[in-house]
Amino acid sequence: MQASLYRTPLYQAHCDLGARMVDFGGWLMPVQYEGILSEYSRCREQAALFDISHMGEFIFDGNPVSDGLEKIITCEVSSMPIGSSRYGLMLNDRAGVVDDLIVFRISEKRFMIVVNAANIAKDFSHLKNNLLAPSLITDISEKTAKLDLQGPLSREVLKNIIPGVESLDYFHFNCFDILGEKNIVSRTGYTGELGYEIFCAPEKAQALWKKLLDDERVRPAGLGARDILRTEMAYSLYGHEITDDISPLDAGLSRFICFDKEFIGKDTLLQQKQSGLKRKIIYFLSDTRRSPRHGQSLYENDSKEIGIVTSGIFSPSLEKGIGIGLISVDSELDGDKIFFGDKKNKSSAAIVKRPFYKKGSLKT
Amino acid sequence: MGNEEEYLYTKDHEWVCFEESCAFVGIAEYAQNALGDITFIELPEPDAEVEQFEQFASVESVKAASEIFAPISGKIIEVNQELSSAPELLNKSCYQKGWIAKIDPSDIDEKSNLMTFEDYENFLEGLDR
Repeated sequence: MQASLYRTPLYQAHCDLGARMVDFGGWLMPVQYEGILSEYSRCREQAALFDISHMGEFIFDGNPVSDGLEKIITCEVSSMPIGSSRYGLMLNDRAGVVDDLIVFRISEKRFMIVVNAANIAKDFSHLKNNLLAPSLITDISEKTAKLDLQGPLSREVLKNIIPGVESLDYFHFNCFDILGEKNIVSRTGYTGELGYEIFCAPEKAQALWKKLLDDERVRPAGLGARDILRTEMAYSLYGHEITDDISPLDAGLSRFICFDKEFIGKDTLLQQKQSGLKRKIIYFLSDTRRSPRHGQSLYENDSKEIGIVTSGIFSPSLEKGIGIGLISVDSELDGDKIFFGDKKNKSSAAIVKRPFYKKGSLKT
Repeated sequence: MGNEEEYLYTKDHEWVCFEESCAFVGIAEYAQNALGDITFIELPEPDAEVEQFEQFASVESVKAASEIFAPISGKIIEVNQELSSAPELLNKSCYQKGWIAKIDPSDIDEKSNLMTFEDYENFLEGLDR
C-alpha cells in the first residue's frame, strides 16, 4: 500500500529522525517526530523546520491579462509588484473552490503558483484548459523541494545561512545563493509566526535540511504540529473549510476576491451575494479540553442540527478544544452558545472571533 | 501500586493492579504511545457500576479519540481527578500517576480472562509482526 505513495526527497531524513510517517493526500509524510505538542511549542517559541516538498509549483510565462491568468485567479495578479506574493483562489464555474494558492511574481511576465499537493494534477489541467495556450504553464513540482522555517527565531537562524534574508518583508520573496544555487526564499507561512519558505532543487534538499537542523534552536516539526498552528490562526485548509462544493463567500474568504475584474465563478458569486448566503463560517471555543473533530455535527441546542465541524483540534495555547465550522444562516443560536458532537454525546462551546491565537510573531 | 510486571492486561491495552480488595486500572505503555500527546480524558462517575470489557472512559489525543474498556467488573470507588487538568500524566506515567480509576471488583474470577505481563508481552510481539 505504502509503496504507491509519493515520497519527498527528505523521506530518508524523516525516517532517520524516527518520524511517524502517514499517508497525506497520496504522500508519505511525517506527522510527528518526538511529539506533536513539543513540536508545536518549538514553532511558537523558537524555530521549527517543516518539509513541505509535497506541495505543487507551476511556472506561468506570459501576460497575466491577455494570456488569461487574471481570469483564473480571484486575487488581482496584474497589479502585483515584482518580488511580492499574494494569496488567492481558483474557482470552478459554480464558484466552488478548485484550490487555494499563493502567486509569486518573479518578473513582469513570469509567475510561480504554489498549490496543494493533493490537487496538483487537477489544478494543472484547470490552468491548461483555461489559459490562452497550454504551453504557458509548466509543472515544476517534481523539480522543486520546499523547506519551511517558522518561528520567532527563524530570522536569526536564517540570516546566518542566507545573508540578506533579514530584509524580506511579509509576503515578499527574493533569490538568494544557497549551497551554490540560486533559490527563491519567501517570507510566507501558515503558522502565525515569523517565517520563511525556501524553494530548492530536490538534490539540495537534504543538505539544506541538515544545515538548518545544525542550529540547536531549530527542530523538525511534522504535519500534526502544523495542523494545530494553522487551526489556532483560523487559516482555511483545502478539504476542510474549502472544497469544490463550498463557495469562498461561505468560507469567509471574500477579502481574497477582487470583484473589479472578470474571473471564473464571478457571476455565481454575485448571484450568491444578491440572493443572500445560506451558510456561514464560525469559530468556536470548547468549554472544556474536549476537542471538536472534522465531520462532527453542530447543534443550536440539544437537538437541532445546524451545520458541520470543518476543523477541530486541541489548542495548547488556550488549553481547550477549538473548532471551525459551517452553519446555516437561519440558525437561532442562544447568544454565542453552540454544541458539537453527535446525537448521543454533545459538548458545549462558545462562538468567538478569529484567530484563536493572537500572540504570534508574524508582524515583527 | 506495584510495578507493571505484576499487573494484568487486556487485549485493548488496559492494565489492572489488585491491591488488597481494590483494583487500580489504567492504560498500558503501548496505548499511550500509539495515541501520542493525550489532551483530554472523560473519567467515569464515582459509584458507577462497570462491566468487564465494556467502555467506561474515553481519551482524546491531538489527533484521535479512543475508548477505554474496564479490565474488570465492579463499582468505581475513586477516579484520578488529577487527570482532568493534567491528562498528559497518561503519557508521562501510565503505570503509576496516570491510573484512571479504582474499582471494587464484583467477580474476582474474571482475572482468568486477563493476560499476565509475560502473556501480554507475547501478545504485543504478535501485533508488531
